[in-house]
Amino acid sequence: MSNDHVSLVINEQPVTVGAGTTILEAAQSLGIAIPTLCWAENLTPANVCRLCVVEAEGARTLVPACSRACEDGAEIRTDTNRVAQSRRMVLELLDSTNDLSQSPELQTLIDEYGADSSRYTDPATPEPSPKIEDDLFIRAYDRCVLCYKCVEACGEDAQFSFAISIADRGFDARVSTEYDVPLPESACVYCGNCIGVCPTNALQFKTEFDLREASDWRPEDQEVTETICSYCGVGCTLELHTQDNQIVKVTSPADHSVTSGHLCVKGRFGWEYLQAPVYRPPSDP
Amino acid sequence: MPDLKFSNAEPDESERLLIDALVDNPPIIRHSERVVHGGVRRAKDVRHLLLPGLHLLNNSKGWISPGGLNYLAESLRVPPAEAFGVASFYDLFELEEPEGDGPRHHVCVDPSCAIAGASSYAEHLRSQGHSVHESPCLGQCERGPALFVQARGSAPIDMSSGANEEPQFDTTLSNKLLQRFGNVDPTSLESYRESGGYQALDRALSLGSDEVLKLVTDAGLTGRGGAAFPTGIKWRAVAEHHGPQKYVVANADESEPGTFKDRMILENDPFALIEAMTIAGVSTGCFKGWIYVRGEYTTAAELLTSAIEQAYDAGLLGEHAQNDSYSFDIELRQGAGAYICGEETALFNSIEGFRGEPRSKPPFPTDSGLFGCPTIVNNPETLLNVLEIVLHGVEGFRAAGTRESPGTKLFCVSGDVGRPGLYEAEFGVPLRVLLAAADTPSSEIRAVLLGGAAGSFLGPDQLDVPLSFEGAAASDATLGSGAVMAFSKDADFLGIVSQLAKFFRDESCGQCVPCRIGTTRQHEVLLQIDSTGPNSKQRNLLADLSLVMGDASICGLGHTAASAVQSALREGLLGEPYE
Repeated sequence: MSNDHVSLVINEQPVTVGAGTTILEAAQSLGIAIPTLCWAENLTPANVCRLCVVEAEGARTLVPACSRACEDGAEIRTDTNRVAQSRRMVLELLDSTNDLSQSPELQTLIDEYGADSSRYTDPATPEPSPKIEDDLFIRAYDRCVLCYKCVEACGEDAQFSFAISIADRGFDARVSTEYDVPLPESACVYCGNCIGVCPTNALQFKTEFDLREASDWRPEDQEVTETICSYCGVGCTLELHTQDNQIVKVTSPADHSVTSGHLCVKGRFGWEYLQAPVYRPPSDP
Repeated sequence: MPDLKFSNAEPDESERLLIDALVDNPPIIRHSERVVHGGVRRAKDVRHLLLPGLHLLNNSKGWISPGGLNYLAESLRVPPAEAFGVASFYDLFELEEPEGDGPRHHVCVDPSCAIAGASSYAEHLRSQGHSVHESPCLGQCERGPALFVQARGSAPIDMSSGANEEPQFDTTLSNKLLQRFGNVDPTSLESYRESGGYQALDRALSLGSDEVLKLVTDAGLTGRGGAAFPTGIKWRAVAEHHGPQKYVVANADESEPGTFKDRMILENDPFALIEAMTIAGVSTGCFKGWIYVRGEYTTAAELLTSAIEQAYDAGLLGEHAQNDSYSFDIELRQGAGAYICGEETALFNSIEGFRGEPRSKPPFPTDSGLFGCPTIVNNPETLLNVLEIVLHGVEGFRAAGTRESPGTKLFCVSGDVGRPGLYEAEFGVPLRVLLAAADTPSSEIRAVLLGGAAGSFLGPDQLDVPLSFEGAAASDATLGSGAVMAFSKDADFLGIVSQLAKFFRDESCGQCVPCRIGTTRQHEVLLQIDSTGPNSKQRNLLADLSLVMGDASICGLGHTAASAVQSALREGLLGEPYE
């Protein structure tokens, strides 16, 4: 066995992977599903949600599959009672704290693991008061599960704007600009990459927010059209989400070789002109 | 190299002067009014000045103003949002202008001080018009109720409650680590040398690094901070790295409730720490040491600052020290009120100017620690033992203690005891003997919390437990940091346990879900228990929370956050279930 490969066993299935491969990736190669929340293919693993924990033979505690590299000879179990218990509790804790009603994937996991947040009497929860500071996007931090994805996308994983950070500590920890100044006063450049990576819809397009407020958000009636951004020569792929022939949000595929899912302010928000009535001057006689 | 955008908030003249004095000639290239070229590269060199800069700003005005923070961030090329994220992490920093200009009075409300009358003391201070902040353990349990006065407009001053100004230590059971306490002037290098100081370093230099590593390994020295990791293995791992930069870090961020030993070491024997760190450095090829002392230990920090200065002046620190026999520098960093920064990787982040959030391990500090370099992290008590080992050899060291736990241990005895204080004893001493030395009849004791908030309660039938690592483990307990808090039959255990749970809730960094939310829910459940004791639903919740925090948290804080609660339930301290 060469040094650049390691062999391990996951759920009694042997597998050989390249050195540095995470347990998550190795499991995926075997078709073994491991739930994740703070992990994303286009971001550095923050390894904070602990939903992906698995049992590693010999380890005192469970280990995070998303960021732990496979070790040669390791024996991993993803399907034990102990693993299921921890995952159930993580989901239960999140559900007892946050409004997860706009996170269908988490709702599925909550049902699958039998998480019951009604067991907690009067749990502390964050204030449900969305920050609406502009016409582009809103921040509803009662839905924020502190996965760190937006902070990473704003910083070294994509935009390098560093407009937001985690502030405060413990249960009061939150995503914030300096002194909570509104985004237009901060270093934010409105690339919207934070919205692109948010797993709970805490960050969403103002268009989506307004439609939801009007009870007119209808994903089942929406179409997604791929196109290339027309602003510059980079050639970013845009996914235009339309409802009633109006653009309601714009995304880019995370696995796209040009964007890795990230866009700039023009691609993300610069589509108004497509929908505005076009003024054409009278032509010369 | 990205450009960084700063806010329009301007510092006042005093804030500007403070920061300019801290950061050498900041060559700021402004592109437009608020955009600064080149963020990250410079930040790597100077970002570690963020925490000292925040201290300067906070000390000068009693809070950190937007203008001051912005100017500091700009000088260090740190994004302002990140600087705010760091500042807001620490309890001792204020980010809103406080009312009035009096000092901030931190009164400890953790169990030992609560027994000593902390709440009425806090009331008394409030009635005198002081601003009072209820604080987690201040590390003055031997002289509670403990007070830490944080002044504004000048450097903070440390004041104890005044009840016991003399250091309370006892050497009747053993007297090795405490031998210089009270006999050596902690402000004088000369006094330290007269008592035999720096003989261990001389001997270490003549033995050579291989022999010192062998001594430390064979002596069986283990970490005294709580984890009991073999020191020799740590040192050897770092010695075997041959990169250009490696570090020795003394972790004096002592914050475990009921623990005050490191504060007393720093206040009574600061030169011993410096000498021991130097031995660690020369034996493992590290040229730089850092001492991270908790923010509330201002007296200790002053003594250390002076001690480091004297050591430099005497040629015992610095480049080509002692006629070119070695080079070793020491830099001091003060924490700012965050228990979690005692976790070694959180400590690295704190020094580096990031939020004190623990890192994922592996990689371990011996491979990638401070600034990503191989790093030895030791507790001051651990380092003090090195002097003993080097001077008296393996056999001399192993003459005390047990085979698995050689040597002596410092125990911080507080709570319902006759004479609270710091006691040195050989490993293996029965808990009952230690309590007797502290004038505490065993018949009065209902429970002892061994190892602090992260430890566990022992009942009256377990008072004969030998205080060694293996002895404690056999009783499902841990010596932890050496905290021994005794409680009488009259103690309000539900209140005590709720307070311990509140401690973890307040001190969780908030990074991972099991700890951030788990510690909060655990505290809530305990507050909902009435005098009849926990019902089965509450017991189940506490058990489930214990499981997820212990299994799925990132670091030791979450892993141990349910330990005291679960042991209190086992010992029946919270009442019997009524269902």
